[in-house]
Amino acid sequence: MKLRQRFYLVEVLVGLGVTAAHFFANLGRHTARHVFRSKTARGAVTFQYPEERRPYSPRLRSLHRLVRREDGSPRCVACMMCETVCPAHCIYIVAAEHPNPEIEKVPERFDIDLGKCVFCGYCVEACPEDAIRMDTGILEFSSYSRQGMIYTKEMLLALEPAGPAGTPRSLIPIPADRTLER
Amino acid sequence: MVRLTIDGKEVEVPEGTNVIEAARRLGIEVPYYCYHPGLSIAGQCRLCMVELGNNPRPQIACNTQVTEGMVVRTDTSKVLETRQSIMEFHLINHPLDCPVCDQAGECWLQIYYMKHGLYEPRMVDEKVHKPKAVPLGPHVILDAERCILCSRCVRFCDEITGTGELGIFQRGDHSEIGLFPGKELANPYSANVIDICPVGALTDRDFRFAVRVWYLDTARSICPGCSRGCNIEVHYNLRRPHHNQGRRVARLKPRYHAEVNRWWICDAGRYGYKFVDDPSRLVSPSRGRGDAAVEIGWDEIIPVIAGQLRRYRPEEMGVLASPKMANEDLFLLKRLVDHLGLAHVDFSVPPRHPGDEDNLLIRADKNPNTCGAELVGLGPREGVGHGGARGILRAAREGRIKCLWVFHHDLLASAWPEEEIREALRTLECLIFQGSNANRVSAAAHYVLPSATWVEREGTFTNFEGRVQRFWRAVEPLGASLADWEILGRIGAALGLGPQPVRAEECFKALAAAVPAFAGLSYGELRDTGKVVSA
Repeated sequence: MKLRQRFYLVEVLVGLGVTAAHFFANLGRHTARHVFRSKTARGAVTFQYPEERRPYSPRLRSLHRLVRREDGSPRCVACMMCETVCPAHCIYIVAAEHPNPEIEKVPERFDIDLGKCVFCGYCVEACPEDAIRMDTGILEFSSYSRQGMIYTKEMLLALEPAGPAGTPRSLIPIPADRTLER
Repeated sequence: MVRLTIDGKEVEVPEGTNVIEAARRLGIEVPYYCYHPGLSIAGQCRLCMVELGNNPRPQIACNTQVTEGMVVRTDTSKVLETRQSIMEFHLINHPLDCPVCDQAGECWLQIYYMKHGLYEPRMVDEKVHKPKAVPLGPHVILDAERCILCSRCVRFCDEITGTGELGIFQRGDHSEIGLFPGKELANPYSANVIDICPVGALTDRDFRFAVRVWYLDTARSICPGCSRGCNIEVHYNLRRPHHNQGRRVARLKPRYHAEVNRWWICDAGRYGYKFVDDPSRLVSPSRGRGDAAVEIGWDEIIPVIAGQLRRYRPEEMGVLASPKMANEDLFLLKRLVDHLGLAHVDFSVPPRHPGDEDNLLIRADKNPNTCGAELVGLGPREGVGHGGARGILRAAREGRIKCLWVFHHDLLASAWPEEEIREALRTLECLIFQGSNANRVSAAAHYVLPSATWVEREGTFTNFEGRVQRFWRAVEPLGASLADWEILGRIGAALGLGPQPVRAEECFKALAAAVPAFAGLSYGELRDTGKVVSA
């Protein structure tokens, strides 16, 4: 550490100088843009998250959803590929018989424990039916308990893919242990 | 013996061997679907093509018997190309529904496609559609689209069981396996067609969608369903406890033994494991009858049992051992019985309905170890004059026997009159039940000792021919249950019998040293195939 750095106050003043330089530079750019109608000057802005979002990359892996058939039932055939490939062992599927022999197998239960999920996206890649996707754009899921991080088949089926620029179109699912009023 | 050359390697095999088996001796794998060493040769699948000498056209290996000086090639480009074409042919109408197929993971179409597949499909036509998910009988379900028409199942029903329920109907690519009109695949060996089906056409209704096969682990075992002692594999799932409704044992599969069961097991044995994960399992030692029963720990109950065994005079005590117990258990019990000087000892309780029997595998005696119990010496003794197990119960009714120790038996399901047994159980001062599942005897018992089932422990059974065969542990004992020999060892120690075996192998060693019939046998000596006891 240099001698000057050891005198705490000097470095603090230098830091304040940097902050002030950015502040006045931005103030100048915003003034140029809004008062003098400059087309090129662009000042820094704060996004008003969550009302306002930055666009997400289309490759973003967000909360999973289960894709539906035309009749609303899951496309999933409970083949267990995602459960097998999942490195976090966070998918729990229980298979059942489907009355239509052309479909044969359906998930009776399809739970994802998001408390364990590492968002690697292997489940999406492994799926032979394109029945699970991670394109909801939802990143804000949380819970007061571990149990609340378990998302069931019904919750995952209700989700819609994100809109343009990755804006979520579904509400964040409310786990069973939580209510909106809380 | 005949000498021949396969892929440049010489091998000597007995006359009448076919080229597939000769190649197997050299470790060379010739792929096949329809060939099965236990069935006749059909030559249906054409996959086992090899080049023979200078013959310009490849020939099927399954139907070619070896000749002196034969030169076989299984690795030429012509052979590989032929296999690829035949695989393409087999898959023309295959639905490729591996994700929902229970066979996936143990399917020979998948295995050979990896090696000999044509990865650029050329078929553009609509596949032929056939019936899917058709139950053929109580255990087997058919998916005709997945079938490659190898005819193994047809030959099994014709040649092994002789029941002939199945046949191939229609012609060309509309051919399909089906039942003859009015028939049902319900013979006592029907589920073997599931094992021999190389693809997912015939699958198990009991195992349907239960567990994907790659989650299963395997343990070698012996079927406890009858005195035949068929060699089996226990397939159990501990990796995904939420599958198969939490039941650990998922299925039993036959294991080849040349002299006992060959490739087969009966359906009764195959599905007879359900008691292992049944809610009726006893999981904690308890004292007190019926509603008054209190669960207590082993450390508490062992001294109590030892105290009860000391309290009564030898002629006031009876022991009903079970031929479902392993040799190890029976031997430790015999030591205990001799130490206490008990005379009222027997193991055989006749069932209410006599067991069925046939000349293939099924034996009328539904106990795996009757022979072992006899050899260890737990049968009724000459000269004591109590008339076996029924005599013991009569003595209990008359109050001459006050303390009875019953192993596994549900006496109320025996051939003897129910009222007679009920009265005997009521009259007893002390009834000890040791077994794996609750029954009407355990409900009436003063003390219950929960024992582990055969898949939860090691041991040996002696089959009706006197063949001692080992079974291995697959899963942990449920709850606090312990192997019968462990319980008996603890009681023995509490009675002052000195140090007791801590492993099943030690019990067997002591058994071999004490019982002449077992002399010279050890776990190492028994290996996979078992040994027949000296007469």
